[in-house]
Amino acid sequence: MDWGVIFQNTVPVLFNAESCYFALAAIGLNIHFGYTGLLNFGQVGFAAMGAYGIASGVVYLGLPFGVSILLGIGLAIVLALLLGVPTLRLRADYLAIVTIAASEVIRLTARSASLRNVTGGSSGLNGFANGFYNLNPFHGRSYGIGYLTYNNNRFFLLVVGWSLVILFSLLVLLLMRSPWGRVLRGIREDEDAVRSLGKNVVGYKMQSLVLGGVIGAFSGFTFALANSSVQPDNYATTFTFLAFTAMILGGAGRVIGPVVGAIVFQTLLEFVQNVLSQGLQAGYISNSILPKEQLGAVRFVFVGLALMALMIFRPQGLFGDKKELALDAR
Amino acid sequence: MGLHPRPPRTLRSLAPRILVALALPLLLLLGFAPSASAQSAPPDPIGKKIIGTLLNAGEPLVDVKVTIVQGDKEIGSAKSDATGRFSIDVPAPGDYDAVIDPKTLPKGVELRSDKGDRVSVKVLDNTSFRAALFKFGEGRSGPASRLDRAPQLVIGGLQFGLVLAMASIGLSLIFGTTGLTNFAHGELVTGGALLGYVFNVKLGLNLIPATMIAVIVGGVVGYLLDKGLWGPLRRRGTGLIAGLVVSIGLSFVLRYIFLIYYGGSSRSYDQYSTQRPITFWKVGILPRDMVIVVITLVVLLLVGLALGRTRFGKATRAVADNPTLAATSGINVERVISLVWAIGTALAVLGGVFLALSQQVGYQLGQNILLLLFAAVTLGGLGTAYGALVGAVVIGLFTQLSTLFIPAELQVVGALIVLIVVLVVRPQGILGSRERVG
Repeated sequence: MDWGVIFQNTVPVLFNAESCYFALAAIGLNIHFGYTGLLNFGQVGFAAMGAYGIASGVVYLGLPFGVSILLGIGLAIVLALLLGVPTLRLRADYLAIVTIAASEVIRLTARSASLRNVTGGSSGLNGFANGFYNLNPFHGRSYGIGYLTYNNNRFFLLVVGWSLVILFSLLVLLLMRSPWGRVLRGIREDEDAVRSLGKNVVGYKMQSLVLGGVIGAFSGFTFALANSSVQPDNYATTFTFLAFTAMILGGAGRVIGPVVGAIVFQTLLEFVQNVLSQGLQAGYISNSILPKEQLGAVRFVFVGLALMALMIFRPQGLFGDKKELALDAR
Repeated sequence: MGLHPRPPRTLRSLAPRILVALALPLLLLLGFAPSASAQSAPPDPIGKKIIGTLLNAGEPLVDVKVTIVQGDKEIGSAKSDATGRFSIDVPAPGDYDAVIDPKTLPKGVELRSDKGDRVSVKVLDNTSFRAALFKFGEGRSGPASRLDRAPQLVIGGLQFGLVLAMASIGLSLIFGTTGLTNFAHGELVTGGALLGYVFNVKLGLNLIPATMIAVIVGGVVGYLLDKGLWGPLRRRGTGLIAGLVVSIGLSFVLRYIFLIYYGGSSRSYDQYSTQRPITFWKVGILPRDMVIVVITLVVLLLVGLALGRTRFGKATRAVADNPTLAATSGINVERVISLVWAIGTALAVLGGVFLALSQQVGYQLGQNILLLLFAAVTLGGLGTAYGALVGAVVIGLFTQLSTLFIPAELQVVGALIVLIVVLVVRPQGILGSRERVG
């Protein structure tokens, strides 16, 4: 077991792009589920809107980078309205099925050959990230310390990404302290009570869906820019469930929950995978128990176990308050 | 939660609705050629090669020229043999394109891949061979052929729909009796296909006894799942949403354990995987598909009768309707639920074996149809047994017939849009009743 290698691989995950875009997706989900009680299982659809907004905006429509960002945000808002208008009156489990189905519709449509000009079909799009990296004010060779050392472009992406995380966390903090946030939490606790106070429940839910969806689109921007490409199959339901697990782990209904959850969760996954990989190399784990070429799959077994164990034993996650969040949303 | 699933209706009151449901997709006939299958076979891994089997609707394509190119450079070429196989050596890992010479294709067969006559193949350094997947369909020969294609698609759709029905009844009954939206149901289907594979290919049993054993094992697994996981969770008072999230976690665990121990490849059963269709007036049916349809109909009829006529069926409906009332009238609710889990899982296993016969065994088999299963049960009405049957047949026909006018790769999209529309417009489904929508 080479613990040096394990830490060398694991420590950078604390602040890498993956933790960052899952944190953004989870912040959006937290507004939906943690504060409003909406069981949105299609968060990846919003991320896809953001990602394809900039990719198709730059490559297909030839728009400047900034306008493409606006296009991505606009697409996410349109998706939220399309999903929300008919479905926000549905029961929670129906909303879950509709949103998950919608996100699959988006992925399957984006990878379809008939849209190859627009979305790049199954091979996706690239060559849209220059507009972003041209804005890079960092021109040095490398930045950071120790394991956390990055080249200038990666450093720029991480600075922007984590700034977005902080910005949106502050926004959520302020919003949830406002009367508007109290109405959302009221809807989560007892929709009928809020309605009887004369509040337009569906309207508030819609605003929540749009806001969380737009933050989801920013997650998609970060994802697309980090890879400098958009691949349709990266926007499958797994993405949603990873973000969902991160949110539950940190604590739904807490501002800091999704951020800490995403960081801890991604780091844990990397750690487990590296320990297993080193264990295999050192012969502690036999290849017949865990075939080496399937090591990547262990990560997802772990995701599933974490999700089950959290929901059963600690539904409030690391920071949540069990009393505040009964987790049986409508 | 206002869960009051409607007890299943009798067949008599159902008949006119089935006819309406079956007639709907028939009205949607417009033109597009259907898709056919592309398969890969894993032969001997010696050196690095790109391999594949050219099949059109199960029929091998012989003497078709395949060329491997890298950029503009030609690496090698080969003709497919009598079983449709080809194998071309490549020098090193890297990105290649496999190109088919369309002039060597038999008449009436057309390529239907994303990029026309070529598919990209990435040869990695840790694998010794890589499959090149081509999709074929019969050539479009004008608008008249749409009507010709329709009967074949109706047969295919009915068969697919019945298999979906078999797999979805468990999902529907479990929802009806416990309120759980089980996202791990797809993995029960996959597990069934894999159990069949273990008994059939690994242990060498004929597929028929292998399937029977798999179904029995499936029933035991379902029973144990309820006794070991879902029952204790119910007693802890775990909510329905929490249960739903637990089922997502379970689906990840199962799916990736399947991946670890079965691997990522698609394989066939030892028997009945290649058959020649029997042709009835232009409509070709594989003998195994006829058997599947008959078995499915018999099993579904038996399940329907059991639910409608037997004491256990009555108890199940009572539990679905009102568990507290059922318990006070002397029904052992937990026992009924455990049996529902056993039966539902056994049916999912049988559905999985049937599905794998037409789509090959793979670790994502069930996950790929999970949303179609949801579509089927919500369309028919969540929590009803016959509802799942009607919904599944409609979805099966819809996915097949929709290829007449949308690209085959989008057929699932069509079904999912139907699911969304149904949930929005009539969330109780075709056979559900209004009261249970909360």
